[in-house]
Amino acid sequence: MTATALPMIRFQNVFKRYPNGREALINLSLDVASGEMVFLTGHSGAGKSTLLKLLALIERPTRGSLVVNGQNLATVNRSKIPAYRRQLGMVFQDHKLLADRSIFDNVSLPLVVANTAPRDVAKRVRAALDQVGLLKYEQARPVELSTGEQQRVGLARAVVTKPPLLIADEPTGNLDPDLSLEVMNIFRRFQEVGVTVLIASHNVQLIEHFKARRIHLEGGRLIEEFPVAEQPLFDPARLIDTAHLADREST
Amino acid sequence: MNAWLARHLQTLVGTLGRLSQQPMASLLTILVMGIALALPACLNVLVRNAQAVSGDWNGALDVSVYLKTSVNADTAERLMDTLKRRSDIKSIKLIKAEAALKEFREHSGFGEALQALSDNPLPNTLVITPVENLASPAALNAMSDELRKLSEVDVVQLDTAWVQRYLAMLDTVRRMVTLVGLLLALGVVVIVGNTIRLDIQNRRDEIEVTKLVGGSDAFVRRPFLYCGFWYGLGGGLLAWLVVSISVALLAGPVRKIAGLYGSQFSLAGLGVLGGVALLAAGAGLGWLGSYVAATRHLRAIEPK
Repeated sequence: MTATALPMIRFQNVFKRYPNGREALINLSLDVASGEMVFLTGHSGAGKSTLLKLLALIERPTRGSLVVNGQNLATVNRSKIPAYRRQLGMVFQDHKLLADRSIFDNVSLPLVVANTAPRDVAKRVRAALDQVGLLKYEQARPVELSTGEQQRVGLARAVVTKPPLLIADEPTGNLDPDLSLEVMNIFRRFQEVGVTVLIASHNVQLIEHFKARRIHLEGGRLIEEFPVAEQPLFDPARLIDTAHLADREST
Repeated sequence: MNAWLARHLQTLVGTLGRLSQQPMASLLTILVMGIALALPACLNVLVRNAQAVSGDWNGALDVSVYLKTSVNADTAERLMDTLKRRSDIKSIKLIKAEAALKEFREHSGFGEALQALSDNPLPNTLVITPVENLASPAALNAMSDELRKLSEVDVVQLDTAWVQRYLAMLDTVRRMVTLVGLLLALGVVVIVGNTIRLDIQNRRDEIEVTKLVGGSDAFVRRPFLYCGFWYGLGGGLLAWLVVSISVALLAGPVRKIAGLYGSQFSLAGLGVLGGVALLAAGAGLGWLGSYVAATRHLRAIEPK
């Protein structure tokens, strides 16, 4: 029972200073509940990427503690990093697909590194591709797909292991508004089935369409949090037209 | 365990596919390794054949004991019976003076001249074949010294100097082959290591992504190890081919030379066991080279 009471992510007085002296995060404390969807906003250089890198154990905090899914990350040493990363799905702005491998092989990679039995691999890869609507491209190469489709493949790869936590760094950064909304809706669907979702995005217009908590970073500090209730509630499907959107916002 | 085994097999076959995607680069690496492995293997075959030749000669190291002309055939026979009890003597043949003379007369071409002699100038002779494990030059020298002290004995003839020189040279050559082999083995490790290092640099993205999705160091390293294994196995196979062709080309002329010396000697190749050992050495060195390179360079590649 305590497991469900514990937040999925807990930052406690976290500082991150890079070797070049840049203070990327300053005294950051933050809880993200299990099953919650949270947007991380702020200008580039505000510390969004650093926050995500700490979660992925690409970087370590200079000070402070970080607990993810019940594990204090300070206790996860180098040899335990792979096992830790398998509990988390990651989506990147540049999607990081391997160009010389088929979509199937790209999506199956997290299962393969975890030694999943081959017949389960095929089943779960197809399920994940089906969830992002790309089942028919199984044997295609990433270059044969559009940018939006490539991003959805990246998403399928992130969720194929059914991780409890999904983190994304500017997942819609290279997408036009229609595709952005489509991708965000897929994230939303995963949140609806219990996955904790943390998305860094500077696309404020887009994320305002979603009923989710927003955390704003500025110069490495947490500036403001918008609780879910305070956000304007829209049906995302109706809000593809940004002009219409701006009109609503002004009222 | 089954999934684990399946993964390894998949990687084993997968890396073979990966190598075939760059056939020229792979073949060049294999060619260089093949040559590096073939050289010590050829030298090894050479030394083994040279040893086989000297083995033949060891058997032929008989000691001729010429008795004094005053010793008659009966005494010679008694001496032979006494000597037969020595543990270092395998067999003794007595060549009686008359028989020696008769043979000499028939084969030397001096038959007419020898008729003129009133008595037989040839002594009774004992031809001693030593026990094989004593057929070292030092042991033979010791034995002939003892024989020389016998009162019946006139001359003990044993020409060991050339055998000693030959064996000493062979020993030197064998040691040189070992040295060359070790150096070239090191070379093979470095060649594979360098190839794998370049391969790692070319696959930086793949390595980063694999680590991001939770691939362990061992998982990331595995395909590179198998690559090294295939390079080594290919190099070993090529080396085996080179040695076999060389032996086949030399077999004829060597048999001719041996025939001219009245020997049945023929050139021996690597044999199946030697060939398998060569393959194993190649694969092992390839694996080692890639292990060293992958362990060193993969750690440096971390997602950013």
